[in-house]
Amino acid sequence: MSAQQANFVRSEMIAPTTPPLLEKGWIAWFRKNLFATPKDTVLSIVALLLLAWFLPPVIRWLFIDAAWTGGGRGVCATVAQGGSQPEGWSGACWAFVGAKFDQFIYGRYPVDERWRPMLVGILFVLLLVPMLIPKIPYKGINAVLLFGVLPVVSYFLLLGGVFGLEYVETALWGGLMVTLILSFVGIVVSLPFGIILALGRRSKMPVIRMICTIFIEIVRGIPLITVLFMASVMLPLFMPPGMTVDKFLRALIGVSFFASAYMAEVVRGGLQAIPKGQFEGADSLGLGYWQKMRLIILPQALKLVIPGIVNTFIGMFKDTSLVSIISMFDLLGIVRQNFSDANWASPVTPLTGLIFAGFTFWLFCFGMSRYSGFMERRLDKGHKR
Amino acid sequence: MTVDVTIPPGKNRQTSSFLNDPKVRGYLYQAITILVLAIAVIWITQNTIENLKRANIASGYGFLSGRAGFDVGQSLIAYTSDSTYGRALVVGFFNTLLVAVTGIFTATIIGFIVGIGRLSKNWLIAKLSMVYVEVFRNIPPLLVIFFWYSGVLAVLPLPRDSLALPLDMYVNNRGLAFPRPVFDNGAQFTFYAFVLAVIASIAFVRYANKKQMETGKRPPVLWVVLGMVIGLPLLTFLVTGMPISFDVPIAGKFNLTGGSVVGPEFLSLFLALSFYTAAFIAEIVRAGIRGVSHGQSEAAHALGIRPGLTTRLVVVPQAMRIIIPPLTSQYLNLTKNSSLAIAVGYADLVAVGGTILNQTGQSVEVVSIWLVVYLTLSLSTSLFMNWFNAKMALVER
Repeated sequence: MSAQQANFVRSEMIAPTTPPLLEKGWIAWFRKNLFATPKDTVLSIVALLLLAWFLPPVIRWLFIDAAWTGGGRGVCATVAQGGSQPEGWSGACWAFVGAKFDQFIYGRYPVDERWRPMLVGILFVLLLVPMLIPKIPYKGINAVLLFGVLPVVSYFLLLGGVFGLEYVETALWGGLMVTLILSFVGIVVSLPFGIILALGRRSKMPVIRMICTIFIEIVRGIPLITVLFMASVMLPLFMPPGMTVDKFLRALIGVSFFASAYMAEVVRGGLQAIPKGQFEGADSLGLGYWQKMRLIILPQALKLVIPGIVNTFIGMFKDTSLVSIISMFDLLGIVRQNFSDANWASPVTPLTGLIFAGFTFWLFCFGMSRYSGFMERRLDKGHKR
Repeated sequence: MTVDVTIPPGKNRQTSSFLNDPKVRGYLYQAITILVLAIAVIWITQNTIENLKRANIASGYGFLSGRAGFDVGQSLIAYTSDSTYGRALVVGFFNTLLVAVTGIFTATIIGFIVGIGRLSKNWLIAKLSMVYVEVFRNIPPLLVIFFWYSGVLAVLPLPRDSLALPLDMYVNNRGLAFPRPVFDNGAQFTFYAFVLAVIASIAFVRYANKKQMETGKRPPVLWVVLGMVIGLPLLTFLVTGMPISFDVPIAGKFNLTGGSVVGPEFLSLFLALSFYTAAFIAEIVRAGIRGVSHGQSEAAHALGIRPGLTTRLVVVPQAMRIIIPPLTSQYLNLTKNSSLAIAVGYADLVAVGGTILNQTGQSVEVVSIWLVVYLTLSLSTSLFMNWFNAKMALVER
C-alpha cells in the first residue's frame, strides 16, 4: 500500500469572495422586490408614477401650504373668499383645529370645570397602562379599580351635583370625551352580557336558547342606526308616563345592546372551539355549571377569541360616531358642528376637521389592533408545536 | 370481598332533593324566564299604549296611505310629494338596494385587487395595499362618507365650471352627470339578443365541460363566449337600425343640460361604502389565499401545470371556500352601513323612515318596518350565499 501522491494540497482556506454585485446591497433588493419580472417592473413603475403624482400635492396641502396659525377664517380663505391668502391657494387649515382643540376634546363642557374630565382621563390612563403591560402584578386589584371603581368615580366627577361639584348636564358633554365614555361603557357592559348571551345560546334549555338566539339574530340583522333610533325614540315610549331617560343614557343603552349581540357571537365561536373532553373532564370532577364555565371553559374560550373581541371593540369605537346622527356631539359630531362656525367657515375647513377626526379615530383603532396582535403572540405560546 | 352497590329498583332511587335534579331545575329556570319576560312585555305594552294615547297617536299601519308631503332627492320610481307614505318607503327601499348593489360590486373589485396586492412579491405594491387596508379599516365609515361629501364633492366647482371627464361625463358640486341612453322603437331586440347570448353561452360552457371530460380537449370557451355576448347584441343593434342613442350632457353657460345626474349624496355614500368595505374584503381575500396550503401549488407545479393555470384551477377554487362565508357577512355589513345615508340626506329606507317618524310619530310602526325589511334582506342574502357556498364546497369522498 503506497500512499497516493497528492499533487496539490491546500494548506490554508482562501478568503471568501464577495457576492456578485447584482446579488447584494440595494441593487439586489431592488431587483428582487421591484423588478423581478417584466410584470413587476411595469407594476412598480406605474405605482411609482402614481405616488409621484399623488404624494407631493398631498404633502404640500397638508403641511407646506397649510395655515398653521391665525385667529379666524381669514388665514384659511383666499382674497376672493374674503381672506388673506393669494388666489388659487388651497391648504389645510390647522389653525382651525388649534383654535377648536379644547372643544373637540371636551365638547361644550364648562371651561372652569374641564379639570374634571381631565382628571378622569388621567385616572383612566394610570389604571389602563399597568393593565395592558403583562409584567406588572396585581392585575385583579387593577381590574376591579378600572372596571368597577373608575366608572363610579367618573360618574360623580363628570356629572357632578354632589360633594360641592357643579352639576353638568349630559347635553353639554361632547367631543372625544363622549366617544371614549361611550366605547368604554360599551366594552365594560358588552363583554359580560355577550358571555351570558353566548352561554344562553348554547344552553340545553330550549326557552333560554330561543330567547338568546332571537335577540342576537335580530340585533345583528339590523343597522346600528336603527338600534339608536329605537333607543332614542322608543325607549321613552316604553317607560311609564312622566319618566324620562337621559339622552346620553339612551345612546349608551343602544350601543351596549348592539355590541353585546356581536360579542355573543364572538364568544360562541370560542365556546365551540373547546373540545368536548374539557366539558366532560369538568363534569367528571364534579364541578357545577357555573364552576365549570368559570374555571375551565371560559378562560380557554376567551383566550382563543381575543382577536375577535378586540375587533368588536374596534368596531364599537368606530360605531360610536353614529350617535352624531341622533344629535349628540361626539368627536365627529362636534367637528361637524364647528364647520358652520361663521368665524372659521372656509372651503378647506371641513376637510381639515375631518382629517383631524379621522386621524384621531385611526390612532385609537390602530393602537388597539396592534395591541391585540401583541397579546395574540404572547398567549399563543402554549399552542405552538 | 365485593360490596354490592346496585341501587335497588323502585321508589327509593331518588336519593337527593327533588330540587337538585337538573331537569326539574331546567324547567324551573325556564318558567321563571318566561314569567319575567311576559311581565316585562305586558308592562312595556301598557306603558306604550298609555303614552301613545297621551300623545294622540293612532296606532296601526293606516298612516301608510296618507299624503307624504316631502320630496326625496333621488328616486328610481315615480314619486312626488303628493305620493303616499307607503310609496315613499318603497322609494327608500329601492334607493337602499341601489346603493347596496353598486357598492357591493365596486367593493368586491377593489377588495380583490388590494387583497391580492398585499400578497404580491412586489414590495411597493404590497406596502401600498397594506397602507390602504390599515387606513380604511381603522376609520369610521361615517367619517369616510363625510370626507367625500363635505371634503371632496362639496368643494368641486359650480355647475357652470364643471370638470369634464371622459365618456362625456361631467362632475360638479351637484353631482355626476353622465350620458343617458335613450331607447327608441326596436331597442328591445338588442336586449333580447343579449339575453339569448347569455343563455347560449351558459349552454356552450356546459357543452365544453362535457367535451373536455370525454375527450380531454377543451373548445375555445373564452373567445366563443365573448363573441356571442358582445357580437350578437351588436349585430342586432346594427341590423335593427341603431335604435339606442345617448342623451349627452352639454355644458351650458350656467348649468348642464341633458343627461342623467346622480347627486353628491349617492356618490359620497357609494364611494365611502365601497372604499371602506373593500379594506375588509381585501383582508378576507388575503386570508383565503394564504389559507390554501403551499403544498397544493407545489403539487400543481410538480404536475407541470403552468403558474397561471395553477392559480385559476388549484388555488382560487380552494381559497373561495374560505373566502365566501366572511364575504357574505361583509356584504351584509355594507347593506346595513348603507343606512348611514341619513347623515348626508340620501333618501334610503332609514332616512325616509326617519322623516315619516318625525312627521307622524308612528315610531313603533316605522321601526317594525325597518326590522322586517333589514331582517329579510339579511336572511335572503345569507340564504343565497349558503346555497352558493354549498355549490363551491369541496366534494369529499
